Amino acid sequence: MPNGTTIVEEEKEFEPPPPERVGEEHGSMTRLVQELVYTVDHKKLGLMYIGSGLLFFVVAGIMATLMRIQLYFPSSKFLEPDVFNRFFTMHGTAMIFLVAMPWVFGLGNYLVPLMIGTRDMSFPRLNAFGFWVFLFSGLFIFASYFTAPGLYNAGSAPNVGWFAYSSLTSKAFSKGHSTDYWTLGLLFNGIGSIATSINFIVTIFCLRCKGMTLGKMPLFVWMILVTAFLVVIAMPPLSAAQIMLTLDRYLGAKFFDTQAGGSAVLWQHFFWIFGHPEVYILVLPAFGAVSEVIPVFSRKPIFGYPVMVAATVSIAFISLSVWAHHMFTVGMTTAENIFFAISTMIIAVPTGIKIFNWLGTMYGGKIRMDVPMLFCIAFLFQFLIAGLTGVMLAVAPFDWQLSDSYFVVAHFHYVIVGGIVFGLFAGYYYWYPKAFGKMLNDKLGHWHFWLFTIGFHLTFDPQHFAGFLGMPRRIFTYEAGRGWEIWNQISTIGVFLQGAGILFFVVNLIHSYIKGKEAGDDPWDAWTLEWATTSPPPEYNFDKIPEVRSRRPLWDLKHPEDPDWKFE
Amino acid sequence: MSAEKIGGLHVGKPHSFVNDPSEEAGPWVLPSQRKVGMICLILTETALFSIFVVAFIFYMGKSLNPPFPRDVIPFPSKTPWLASFALFASSFTIIYAEKMMHKLDRKNFLIWWGVTMALGAYFVFFSFSEWMELIYHEGLTISVNVFGSTFYSLVGLHLSHVIVGLILLSIIFVLTLLGKIPEDHIEHTEMISWYWHFVDCVWVVVLTLVYFISPRF
Repeated sequence: MPNGTTIVEEEKEFEPPPPERVGEEHGSMTRLVQELVYTVDHKKLGLMYIGSGLLFFVVAGIMATLMRIQLYFPSSKFLEPDVFNRFFTMHGTAMIFLVAMPWVFGLGNYLVPLMIGTRDMSFPRLNAFGFWVFLFSGLFIFASYFTAPGLYNAGSAPNVGWFAYSSLTSKAFSKGHSTDYWTLGLLFNGIGSIATSINFIVTIFCLRCKGMTLGKMPLFVWMILVTAFLVVIAMPPLSAAQIMLTLDRYLGAKFFDTQAGGSAVLWQHFFWIFGHPEVYILVLPAFGAVSEVIPVFSRKPIFGYPVMVAATVSIAFISLSVWAHHMFTVGMTTAENIFFAISTMIIAVPTGIKIFNWLGTMYGGKIRMDVPMLFCIAFLFQFLIAGLTGVMLAVAPFDWQLSDSYFVVAHFHYVIVGGIVFGLFAGYYYWYPKAFGKMLNDKLGHWHFWLFTIGFHLTFDPQHFAGFLGMPRRIFTYEAGRGWEIWNQISTIGVFLQGAGILFFVVNLIHSYIKGKEAGDDPWDAWTLEWATTSPPPEYNFDKIPEVRSRRPLWDLKHPEDPDWKFE
Repeated sequence: MSAEKIGGLHVGKPHSFVNDPSEEAGPWVLPSQRKVGMICLILTETALFSIFVVAFIFYMGKSLNPPFPRDVIPFPSKTPWLASFALFASSFTIIYAEKMMHKLDRKNFLIWWGVTMALGAYFVFFSFSEWMELIYHEGLTISVNVFGSTFYSLVGLHLSHVIVGLILLSIIFVLTLLGKIPEDHIEHTEMISWYWHFVDCVWVVVLTLVYFISPRF
């Protein structure tokens, strides 16, 4: 289009496809696999992202369980030390890059085109590329367990920790190819993430249905947009650092070789320039899911929509300047310590604004205590505590005491499990009826929620105290009599409750798919566009591209006498 | 546009979202997908380059052993004046080619597009001969010291982008020669020129940093 604009034509009507397509819908297994491999449909890719994320989640969760069993007794011999090292490395790597990222991208992929009223992402083939690169990078990293011993027979899976600090990763200390599996796998994973994120940005800017100005987009779409920008800006530093590391390991470059004038601290800077925004990359879509669920289940529009958007954007900006709070113990100058301590504390302000807005939405609402809402309420409490321990760790002298202790482990698991995973679970219970046309079973959902919540608290609350008592992270065992036993034992018991909760979740997913109650198009009486089409939506999403006038188009449709657009 | 894809069963329900048709706004105009996509790509590439630039600055003057930059790329004598001129000039010739494209003047478009490619190719040729010289005569390799590591990674990253740009330019050139670029593909061509301008802008930074500033060390 030479004038550089896309004008959406009105009244796009479709003829039904020829009847011979009907029989193909439910084919054999080969047909299903073929369809999944060939597909460029954003909904199928979204579900494939979430499904493969769930597989990696189970594997990485089993690793965590084995590590917790090892730590149940002092001086335990359940796992070898190097097996333990591989487990914490792979657990961290998988949970961040192969679980949380695909869950976020999957939810975004499924929902963004539906929510903005369009038929697919801007670049569907790029979208499929992103998914397959993610999946194969994950399989590649895990393949290290079988193939990595290499020439020296000196290791299998990566064992350098998920942030792979330099000098551990140098050729001298990491023989064989285990580190290269980590580096190259995540390099390709990053390329896939960037491709998907560019696709999100273009879709959101260029394919919104008529009337959906930026200020009328659902908050989930806003959060995905900001997340995508963060990926585009923050992922390349990791890729660059990984390229440098590969040059070091294979061509003898000196980037991180301290004996030749290189700097190990530079790796830490580069890693955390990526690493800290990554936390917000993962948590913002969870915020988005919560921002969709809480209004619907409080029967009120979101409180302070423009402030929510502004808070999200400022979180994104500030998150790019807080990275070195991961490095207080490395010995930075006082000026650097002060800068990163203060910027880290400032980021709590927009985050706090969000919590108040969610509370403001619930205040005075007719709250429906369904499973998605339960997850949201637990999310609010847990994310608040995660934020508070975050502010504590932002105080540099406090961090000097507790850095690399179990207090830090407890803090970031509160963020990632208590915040991100709970937010995403709320989203899964909320949108499952849309994706499969069946309601998730309420009873099983309650079992999942209560087991997982209680298990979560039993696991991670005691770790704060273990950290206060001086227990360092990443140790494979500890001596008796340091006062750490009881906290570790409670923690290990909690893991089994979490595992049972996840078992209920998986059973629920399958059971409800087969025997679940029919959901109908709009089971929650919600207000955003994805509920305007059928459940599951047809491949082209909407027969007729919708047109919106307010932030709650379905409210307008259901209440023509009192539409929102009169007040916005 | 991908949004026009159809398939599957016809089960979606029609909904009308217009509550008050009298309040019709003007046409619904959204930005071009290609332009937004290209801007995002340039943004992410900028982030990638920044890290290599930061690494170069961080390691300036930190090499423990020769060859040092003051010996191998001394300021006025070993600065790639001609190659830089060629690359910067190519940014102007490509603008000219675009002008010809908008006039639908295929012959002159091909000439100026070809000149752009020739200038880019000269830059690549120069870089190869410079690297030959540095590696075989000056002994500067990627593994000799931190200057070598940062020099080859930064200049090499830029060079790889020039090569990718050349491949894109030649695809357009060959397709146009075969008469396969109709008028509605003007925007594709424009996007490639955006990319080419970006590669040029990066060279401004690399040239300043590597060839003007680092020889002081």
